[in-house]
Amino acid sequence: MTTSVARVTNVGPVTVIATESLSKRFPRVTALDRLSLDIGPGVTGLVGSNGAGKSTLIKILLGLSPASEGRAAVLGLDVSTEGAAIRERVGYMPEHDCLPPDVSATEFVVHMARMSGLPPTAARERTADTLRHVGLYEERYRPIGGYSTGMKQRVKLAQALVHDPKLVFLDEPTNGLDPVGRDEMLGLIRRIHSDFGISVLVTSHLLGELERTCDHVVVVDGGKLLRSSSTTDFTQTTTTLAIEVTDSDTHPDGTAAVRAALAGHGVETHAEGAGLPGAGHILLLTATGEETYDVVRDTVAGLGLGLVRMEQRRHRISEVFTGGDEQTRSNDEQPKEAAGHGG
Amino acid sequence: MAVEHPAPVTPGGDQSRIHDIGYRGYDGPRLGRAYARRSLYSQSLRGAYGLGRSAKSKVLPILLFAVMCVPAAIMVAVAVATKAHELPLAHAYTRYALVMQAVISLYVAAQAPTAVSRDLRFKTIPLYFSRPIETVDYVLAKFAALASALLILTGAPLIVLYAGSLLAKMGFAHQSKQFGQGLVTVLLLSLLFAGIGLVIAAITPRRGFGIAAVIAVLVISYGAVSTLQAIADAQGSSGAVPWIGLFSPVTLIDGIQSALLGGGSNFPGGVGPSTGQGVVYLLVVAGLIAACHGLLVRRYKKVGL
Repeated sequence: MTTSVARVTNVGPVTVIATESLSKRFPRVTALDRLSLDIGPGVTGLVGSNGAGKSTLIKILLGLSPASEGRAAVLGLDVSTEGAAIRERVGYMPEHDCLPPDVSATEFVVHMARMSGLPPTAARERTADTLRHVGLYEERYRPIGGYSTGMKQRVKLAQALVHDPKLVFLDEPTNGLDPVGRDEMLGLIRRIHSDFGISVLVTSHLLGELERTCDHVVVVDGGKLLRSSSTTDFTQTTTTLAIEVTDSDTHPDGTAAVRAALAGHGVETHAEGAGLPGAGHILLLTATGEETYDVVRDTVAGLGLGLVRMEQRRHRISEVFTGGDEQTRSNDEQPKEAAGHGG
Repeated sequence: MAVEHPAPVTPGGDQSRIHDIGYRGYDGPRLGRAYARRSLYSQSLRGAYGLGRSAKSKVLPILLFAVMCVPAAIMVAVAVATKAHELPLAHAYTRYALVMQAVISLYVAAQAPTAVSRDLRFKTIPLYFSRPIETVDYVLAKFAALASALLILTGAPLIVLYAGSLLAKMGFAHQSKQFGQGLVTVLLLSLLFAGIGLVIAAITPRRGFGIAAVIAVLVISYGAVSTLQAIADAQGSSGAVPWIGLFSPVTLIDGIQSALLGGGSNFPGGVGPSTGQGVVYLLVVAGLIAACHGLLVRRYKKVGL
C-alpha cells in the first residue's frame, strides 16, 4: 500500500546555521567581514553579487576553511572542531560542473553515497530513490556525458541529497538553465524542504528567483550582511507596479492623464524607467497594498482608457544593497529583470 | 518538474503496481571516514584494471597484465619440460620485475593519470571533500589502490614462477625464500612507482600530458642512468656506478634487490651496490615514498573545494 512519510523535522524555532562576527581575510581581500547570521529551518536564500563572499561562507560552514575571526555553528556543531560531523549531516552542490562524463548517473551517485558513509545496499537504494525524486528516470543508466544541462544539475542535486542530510548547501543551482529549467529547479528546491524535510541554503545573484522560493533571504555584499529578513518582508516593501494605458480622443496623452488622476487619489508615480521598452508610456508606482490595484483600475476605467498592462516589478539586488529610499531606486529598474516577473 | 503523483489506487486493484511512496529518510548506519576510504580504495583498485568502467578502458591494463605473465609462464614451461633444477633466469624472482620494467612503466603511465586526473579534470574533488573523507584519506586510498594494482601486476608472474618451480620439484625451501625476497622487491617497486606516477599525474588534469610525463620520468631517467653507469664502468671508475644508480627509480629497486635481497645485479659489470650502499638505497626509496605522499597531500589541500 502507499505510505506517505512526511517527516516533521522542526519543532519550535531551531537554529540551523549561526555565525558570530565571522571574518575571513586573505592577504589582499577581506572575503567576510564580521558576518553575524542566525538562520532557521526552511529554505534560505543567500544573495550577493559575484565575489560577495557566498562561496567562502559555504566553505567555512563545511569546516573546510578556518575563519580568521569569529565563530560559526552548523546544526549546533562547531565548524572549527566538528567539521567531519557536519559534513556527514550536510549535502553540498557546487556551482561548477563536477560530473565525470563516462559513468552513468546511478554509478556516480552510488559512489558518492558510499563516500558519505552509506553501506553498499543502502547506497544503491537511496540512489534509486533520490534520482527518482529529482526527476531522472530511464536516462540514469546512460553516461552523464550525454545529459542536458538540466539533467546534469539534477545529478548534482541528487549526490547532495543521497545521504539524506539535514541541510543542503546549493551553490547557484539555477546557473546555466533556461527559464523552464530554472522554474523546475526552483520547484524542486522548494520540495526539498516541504516534502523531504531538509533545510536548504541556496545562493544566487538573482534576488527575484530567490524571493519566489525562499522563506528567508540573506543579502551579503563585500562580505558584510546587508539584510536578513523573511521574504514576505521583502515583497511588501519592494512591490512596484508598472502600468501602461492607451490613449483616447479625450485624453491624447493617456499616460499623463492617468498620472494626474492618480496623484489626485494620493498615489504617487515615479518618472518612467529610462531605457525600458515603451518608455514614456509606462508609469511606475509603489503599491502600498491591495487597495492600490483597485485605485489604479478604477482610475483608468474612470478616464475611459484601456489598461494595456499592470504588472509587478521586483527590485534588483543592487537596490537592496544600497537600501534606503525604495521609491527613487525604482527608477533604475532593469528591463531584463522586469520582464522576468511580468504577469 | 516531473513530480510523481500517487497513481490512483483502484479498489482491489493490481498489487504489482509501483506506487509513489513519497520521500523516505535514511536512519540506517553511517559508516564514516574509514569506510569511505576503503570504498574509494576498492573503487580505484577496480578502476586500475578497468573494472566497473567501459570496455575500452579494460583493454590496456589487461593486455599489460598478460604481457607481464606470459614470459613467466614460458619460463616455467621450459623448466618443467627440460626438468631443470633452476629457473632459466638467474635470480628470477627478484629480477623479473626489473627485466620487465618497461611494461610496468607503461602501466603506471597509463593508470596513474586515470586514477587521479579524472577527478581533477571534471572537478569531482570538491564532492569528496564536502564529505567526511579528508585530504589524507583521499591520498591514502588512491596511493594504496595504485600500489596494490602494481603489486598484482608484478606479483602475479612471481606466483606463476613459484607455482611452476614447485611443480618442477625445484626444492621448496630455496624457492620459497627467493619467492619471499621477490615479493619484497616488487612491494617496494610498487610503492615507489605508484608514488612517483601519482605525484606527476596529480599535477595536471590533462590525461595525455600525465601519461607522457610519467613515461619521461620513469623510462628516460632509467635510460640516462644506465648510460652514465656504462660510461663510468668503461672509464674504469666502477666505484661511481652504484652512486649513479640512486638517480632513477628502476636502478634504485635494482640496487636494493641485489644488495639486500640476494638478487643479482643488472648494473654494468654485474657489480651491484655493497650492503652499506644498499641501506642508503633503501633509505632513499623510503624517503621518496614518504615525499610522494607528502606532495600529494599538499597538492590536494590546494585543489580541494
